[in-house]
Amino acid sequence: MANTYELIEAQTLSTSASSVTFSSIPQTYTDIRIFISARGTGPYTNTNLKMQVGNGTVSTSGYSEKMVYTSNGTTAASYGQSAQAQSDLQYFPLATSTANTFSNNDIYIPNYTGSTAKSFSIDSASEYNAPAAVLAMDAGLSSNTSAINIITFTPNAGNFAQYSTFYLYGIKNS
Amino acid sequence: MATTYEPIATYTVSGGSTSTITFSSISGSYTDLVLVCSGNSNSGTDYPRIRVGNGSASATGYSNTQVYGTGTTATSYRETSQTGFIFATYPATSARVTTIFNIMNYSNTTTYKTVLMRDNNSAGNVTAAVMLWQSTSAINYIELFLTNNFVAGSTFTLYGIKAA
Repeated sequence: MANTYELIEAQTLSTSASSVTFSSIPQTYTDIRIFISARGTGPYTNTNLKMQVGNGTVSTSGYSEKMVYTSNGTTAASYGQSAQAQSDLQYFPLATSTANTFSNNDIYIPNYTGSTAKSFSIDSASEYNAPAAVLAMDAGLSSNTSAINIITFTPNAGNFAQYSTFYLYGIKNS
Repeated sequence: MATTYEPIATYTVSGGSTSTITFSSISGSYTDLVLVCSGNSNSGTDYPRIRVGNGSASATGYSNTQVYGTGTTATSYRETSQTGFIFATYPATSARVTTIFNIMNYSNTTTYKTVLMRDNNSAGNVTAAVMLWQSTSAINYIELFLTNNFVAGSTFTLYGIKAA
């Protein structure tokens, strides 16, 4: 049987970068999945890892989400937002976070070539061996009804740090 | 390299008269299963359920523990002695609800079966859950069903994962 879970593209940052983009994503898969191990160089405590999807160019509107998360190891919380310019994945390690710690993000986008709004699943974890570690589960939606062939990741502030990795996989259902 | 992630079966709902999706005669040759659902209801809010079994869907022996977020609050609860597992709320909007099940060690005949689930509805809740089916029977049958019908275009794909 043919291999149906294939690496489409891998990007490992040799130097810091302001964004990472997967473009010209093949339309031959059923679902796509992205694994990220990233760290930010930004100085802010609320640095977010942001995702935008689109066709040809990324959409800058129409994102909504619900998230449940814990950031203190004691209580869980939830927030939701709509009519956003991007999907906010979560907070991730910053310049001031414990050295050598990177995030773990797992993004699953089914039916990415379909003609309906794109619903996706995001699991994220950043463990610092210190306070402010984050474990988050996110239900995301892009109202974009075009097939997705471009995805961009951007930190809210600063750059992605060297050694951040981004892996895009394609999954076929036949 | 050996193929270790294989599609077993996929269903795309056409029309508006499908209320049950069944994966039957599931091969026991894999280590784990992954079920990816992208669905919604075609007629008002509905609550899709999953049942598993051997030869047919079992209607007994389910429990689950969940944590979910509504966008304002995070809550956990659990249920026992259920006849199935309500894994999502389908709001009957144009957007699909994405649900992913991981069914580990599904073919063994010595342990109860544990299923991890992530449900994603940006217009409703985001949920993580663990479901237990209290049976030592191998799972070779999975059933998803609604009170109404699945909306056309809903997709359900079952993958098998091999450890070697």
